[in-house]
Amino acid sequence: MIAVSVMLFLGSCDQRDTKSVVTGDAASQVYVAPGEYDEFYCFMSGGFSGHVTVYGLPSGRLFKEIPVFSVYPENGYGYSEETKAMFNTSYGFVPWDDSHHVELSQTDGEFDGRWLFINGNNTPRIARIDLTTFETVEILEIPDVAGLHCSPFITENSEYLVSGTRFSTPIPNQDVPIDSYKENFIGLINYVKLNNETGEMSLDFQIEMPGFNYDLARNGKGKSHGWSFLTTYNSEQAHTLLEVNASQNDKDLLAIVNWQKAVEYMEQGKFTERTTSYYHNLVDHSTGIAESTEMTKTRILHPKDCPDMVYFIPVPKSPHGVDIDPTGEYIVGNGKLSADMTVYSFDKLMAAIEAKDFADEIDGIPVINYESGVHGILLKPGLGPLHTEFDGKGSAYTTFFISSEVVKWDVEKLEILDRQGSYYSPGHLVIPGGETKKPYGKYLVTMNKITKDRFLPTGPELCHSAQLFDISGDKMKLLLDFPTKAEPHYAQALPASKIKPNSKKFFKLEDNKHPYAALGEGQARVERDGKDVHVYMTAIRSHMAPDNIEGVKMGDNVYFHLTNLEQDWDVPHGFAVQGAATAELLVMPGQTRTLLWQPIKPGVFAFYCTDFCSALHQEMSGYIRVSPADSDVPLKWGLDDEMKTAEVKK
Amino acid sequence: MAQDLSHLVLNSPEMAKSRQLPRILMILAVVLLGGVFLFPLWQINLDAAQFPGGLDLNIWIDRFSGAEGDDNIIQNVNILNHYIGMQYIEPDSIPEHKYFSIIAYIMMGLGLLAAVINKKWGYATWFIIMGILSILAVYDFYLWLYDYGHNLDPKAPIKLEGMTYMPPLFGEKDLLNFYVKSYPHWGTILMTLSIVFSFFAFLKSPKKLRR
Repeated sequence: MIAVSVMLFLGSCDQRDTKSVVTGDAASQVYVAPGEYDEFYCFMSGGFSGHVTVYGLPSGRLFKEIPVFSVYPENGYGYSEETKAMFNTSYGFVPWDDSHHVELSQTDGEFDGRWLFINGNNTPRIARIDLTTFETVEILEIPDVAGLHCSPFITENSEYLVSGTRFSTPIPNQDVPIDSYKENFIGLINYVKLNNETGEMSLDFQIEMPGFNYDLARNGKGKSHGWSFLTTYNSEQAHTLLEVNASQNDKDLLAIVNWQKAVEYMEQGKFTERTTSYYHNLVDHSTGIAESTEMTKTRILHPKDCPDMVYFIPVPKSPHGVDIDPTGEYIVGNGKLSADMTVYSFDKLMAAIEAKDFADEIDGIPVINYESGVHGILLKPGLGPLHTEFDGKGSAYTTFFISSEVVKWDVEKLEILDRQGSYYSPGHLVIPGGETKKPYGKYLVTMNKITKDRFLPTGPELCHSAQLFDISGDKMKLLLDFPTKAEPHYAQALPASKIKPNSKKFFKLEDNKHPYAALGEGQARVERDGKDVHVYMTAIRSHMAPDNIEGVKMGDNVYFHLTNLEQDWDVPHGFAVQGAATAELLVMPGQTRTLLWQPIKPGVFAFYCTDFCSALHQEMSGYIRVSPADSDVPLKWGLDDEMKTAEVKK
Repeated sequence: MAQDLSHLVLNSPEMAKSRQLPRILMILAVVLLGGVFLFPLWQINLDAAQFPGGLDLNIWIDRFSGAEGDDNIIQNVNILNHYIGMQYIEPDSIPEHKYFSIIAYIMMGLGLLAAVINKKWGYATWFIIMGILSILAVYDFYLWLYDYGHNLDPKAPIKLEGMTYMPPLFGEKDLLNFYVKSYPHWGTILMTLSIVFSFFAFLKSPKKLRR
């Protein structure tokens, strides 16, 4: 029914010419001259690619794809021995995920440029990217949840990341009839604690909640610091045909969590412990090697036993985003199937809680009277409000999926100020710093879900499209369309000056503590340990050492440990060997990476550098000889016709 | 003792002042010579398209360094040089980096001695020795540059007929894809000033008094 009405709406919608809206000097506003830099970094989630992409604003140029939850043969992430452990989960090695929401670390409610977090939806995980190296350095699985869409949302001093289960499940997960949903299915809100020095994540506690779908969240800031706000849908607790059955209630619920109170309850020991299984994968920065730890305990808080910790308040029909203005006072609930948008007042919510102005109670959780918490209603702003960001000048900007537009409105006065078409069907939007205390209200980017005719066609599968608007004036001005990789859901952007000075140029060789590193050409060697052959190989322009290896036999596991000896900016070396059924390695200067190679037939196989490194890159190659298992070819290696012989380890 | 002597010989305050001037100049010359330990003697800048801002190779009295924060200049220059067969710069194998400092300390000691003696011949001797040593040092540096630029590995990957790669001692030059600039740095400038000051100490030192 909704689908039909959507079609009807789109069909009857005014047929504006989507190409005539660019006016004035848009080109010069997005033009970044050769050799100059963009003003902002923009980190976009990859959606079904499982990656993160890094763009410059205002140019819309793509700088890098950071692999996170999906293996990446392009640089060996997930294939090298150092990075395989990043993919360990309680479900085994999971090489893909659906990554949705990027979240930059904050200090005092502003982006500090230290880390970037992102969720994995399908196998619930949260990853941390180090913004000095733009590499994924940690992945933490979240136990007993399903579809970790509502994640990860940070507190204003990076104390916690809050997340919620999108799909409630039986806990512990067990073989029960699906239609026993209402009695057996439980929701969880998770608090991951961050180490303020290292950024390291640990699951501190989980709050057991009614079996709804927890969709999105934000944490309070300024006056509302200490509180989390999470939207829910399917308060109907449907387990089939959700598109209809979860769209019956006129209002769903916004969960409001006093997490500082929860921390107090944790300190008082008011939690129960449950045995479960989840993995924590962390890169040791001195070796570059990821190690997995299976965790078996989780600590649970129950709202019933912990008064004044969790509240609900009704929110119009099936909300999606919940967003909080820079002052921390106004909380916008985007009811995606509602014609109106509700703006809550933090002060009113607190007053209602103080006065116990409750309408109901669900599983021990008080439900605040809707009217008591509401600042006001933004009437008929558009159709299908999804997400809101702020410009720091009193205005909010909301994407409307169904009416395919961005609407600018005054948060305090609840007046619509401007609307601009966005092509087509924007999902998320981002203003640099737009969810923080300090937005940089200059640009706005919408991430559109439908592309159609915006670019030259590329067959049935099209790129996704982003649109850049100038929001420095009273009216929004469309400046640029640019294609994006996979499907960006959310993005965050911040001034380049917060990241650029800290960007690492290379790893210092003297800090490389990798157990198989060869820190100079003199250490290059081959060692046999039973069936395992370890090649301690070095790369420097323009050769690998050793580059001739003999004495490897069928059935051996050959580990190529390649150390890049370069100590200069932008001199990676690559490594590919014929017959590798996995991937290549890209090794950054000062780094060691390992590829396991299992020969499939006797012969001589070439290996070479895959990253054009120098004028003699094409010469940067070598051979490895594989002999039959019963052969007596001795283990030998060398460079420039100086072959050395192995000492066989017992 | 020197003061006692001057008291005997010079009785007016003006005379005493002018008697002290060469000594002050000489002490300043010693202080300026100390600058060779605080600043590089020479700087060679290698500029090419791939190296925004160029590579700085600073030559100190006892070591090499790169631009601020660049600890790897020698490795990076060696990597570039190996394509054309230039020898590796191996800092530990350069004996001058050991004994030049010792010579500088000795000269500073001798300079102080000259100031204590405060005799014209003392300043003259110091000026002449220091001048000769400086010329020798620059000549020695030239020989090193000549050797690096001409003594090429016959197995070098890139061989250009008749091409040598000696960086300029003083000035600028195109060497393949690099534009090379080579100029004295603060260490050498201060050392030169030191020599100039010692010369003035000599000039201002009164002629031997005939009694």
